[in-house]
Amino acid sequence: MDADWFHPVQDVESERFWRSCREGKLLLKVCDACGRTHFYPRDHCPFCWSAATRWIEASGRGRLYSYSIVHQNPLPPFKGRCPYAVVLVTLEEGPRVLSNWDFDAPLDRLECDIPVTVAFRTIDNGLVLPLFRPEN
Amino acid sequence: MSKRRVAIVGVAESDFGETPHLSLNAVHGQAAARALSDAGIDKSQIDGLFTTGNGGLFPLEMAEYLGLRPTCVDSTGVGGSSWESFVEHAFAAIATGKCRTALLVYGATPRSDMKNKLRGGEIALSPRGIAQYETPFGPTVASRYGLIARRHMYEYGTTPEQLAAVAVAMRRNAGRNPKATMSAPITVEDVLKSRMIADPLHMLDCCLRTDGGGAVIVTAADMARDCRKKPVWVIGTGEAVSHVSMSHMNPLTISPARRSAEIAFGEAGIGPEDVDVLQCYDSFTITVILTLEAMGFCAQGEGGAFVAGGRLAWDGELPTNTDGGGLSSNHPGMRGIFLLIEAVRQLRGEATAQVPDARIAACNGTGGFMSHCGTVVLAGD
Repeated sequence: MDADWFHPVQDVESERFWRSCREGKLLLKVCDACGRTHFYPRDHCPFCWSAATRWIEASGRGRLYSYSIVHQNPLPPFKGRCPYAVVLVTLEEGPRVLSNWDFDAPLDRLECDIPVTVAFRTIDNGLVLPLFRPEN
Repeated sequence: MSKRRVAIVGVAESDFGETPHLSLNAVHGQAAARALSDAGIDKSQIDGLFTTGNGGLFPLEMAEYLGLRPTCVDSTGVGGSSWESFVEHAFAAIATGKCRTALLVYGATPRSDMKNKLRGGEIALSPRGIAQYETPFGPTVASRYGLIARRHMYEYGTTPEQLAAVAVAMRRNAGRNPKATMSAPITVEDVLKSRMIADPLHMLDCCLRTDGGGAVIVTAADMARDCRKKPVWVIGTGEAVSHVSMSHMNPLTISPARRSAEIAFGEAGIGPEDVDVLQCYDSFTITVILTLEAMGFCAQGEGGAFVAGGRLAWDGELPTNTDGGGLSSNHPGMRGIFLLIEAVRQLRGEATAQVPDARIAACNGTGGFMSHCGTVVLAGD
C-alpha cells in the first residue's frame, strides 16, 4: 500500500481548500443566492443549487458534536496512532466537519458539546490537516 | 400497494461461516440453485437479475456465470440494504410487467479473502471526491458507528450495558440455529470485557465477518400459486437516503429507517404494533437501537431501555433477528438478503427459533454508515 494512500486527492473543486489549510486557514463556502454556508465546498450550493458560491474563512471555533476513540485500525499510518479520536465538530458558522482530536490533546478531555478550536498540523509529506482541540 | 400481487417464493443461503471450498461466484451460484429448488420452479422462468457489490459490471458477470440472459437487471449499490431496495424495485418491475420472476442473489467471501491475504481488516476508502474530506482522518467503519453511539449515550443516557443487551439477545437466538457461526451464550459482562474496537463499541458490539451468500426469488401472484411452498406476500416497501459523509448525518441519533419504515408501514396499512417478528440490520449493537426508535417500536431515545431484559430474544416481546443476526449468525458485508430469508422462514413456520403464529414480518436493512435504509413488510399466505 502506497504510504500516501490516505492523502486527499485534490481536484479543481477542492484545491483551494487544501492550499488554505497549508496557510493555516479553514475555508467554507457561502451562497450569495440563499445566504447559507456549507462544507465540504461545492461549486453549486447544496441548498438551492445556485452557482453563486464563494469562499469564506471560518473562525475555527465550534462545539464537539461527538467522538469515537479508535483502538483498532490495521491500516497504516493509523495503526501506529491508536488510540486516536475521530471527532465531529459543529462549526460556529453552522456546517459540521469530521476530523481528529489534536494528537497532543488528552483523550480524557473529550466530552460532547465542549467548545473546541482548530489547530493545523503537518502530518507528513506536506499534508496539513485541520484538527481540533479543547478551546482552553 | 395491492397486498396479493407480488410474493417471495424461494429463499436460501449458501454455505456460510468459512467457505474455502467456494469461490466468490460459486457462493452466489450455490445460493441461487438452492433458492430455485426451494421455489420449485424452472431456471428458465427467471427473467430478472438483481445483484450488486462486486464491481461495476458484476450483474453482467453474474448473469453469464449463472447462464441467465435476463431482460430486467438492477445493481443498486447502497450497501447492506440494497436487498430491501431490490424487493421494492422488483415489485415495481413485476407490477408493471417488465419482469415476471426476479432472482436476488448475493455473495461475499471476506473471511477467506483475509486468510488468503486478498484483503485487509479495514476498508481503505479511496480519498477521492467526497471521501477526501474524511478518509485522511482514519475513521474506521466501527468508529463511524461509535460516533453515533456516543451521541446517543450523551443525549439519552444510553449505557454500554444496554448496547450489550442487543448482542446478548442475538446470541441467544443464534443458540437455536445450528448453522450460526457463534452460538455459545454470552452475558452483558462478556460484551463489556471484550476489547475496545472503537469506543464506546467493544468487539462483541460489532458484527462478525464471515463468508456466505443468499438468494431470494420474487414473482407475480399467478406464478406464486404454482410454487412448491406457500407464497410470502410483499405488502409494503420503502427506502430512504440520508448521507454518506458522517459530517452530513444530522442528527446522528436518527436512522433513515424513520422515513423508509413510515412509507413501508403506510403501504402495508399496519403499524409497528402489528409486527410479529422483526429482522433488523445489526452491523453494530447501536444500529439496532437507532432502528427500533426510528421504526416506532419505542420512542426516540428509549431504545436503550427497550432492549434490556431480553425483549429482542426469539421468545421475547419483539422477536428480532431470530437466526442470530449479523452479530452471531453470519455477516459477509452486505447482510440485508439474510433479513428477507429469515423473515420468509418465520412466515412459513420453518425457522429454527420459530415465533408461534408469526403472520407479519418487517425487515429493515441499513447500508453504508447508517446512510440508507430499506424497509420491507411481508405477510404470510
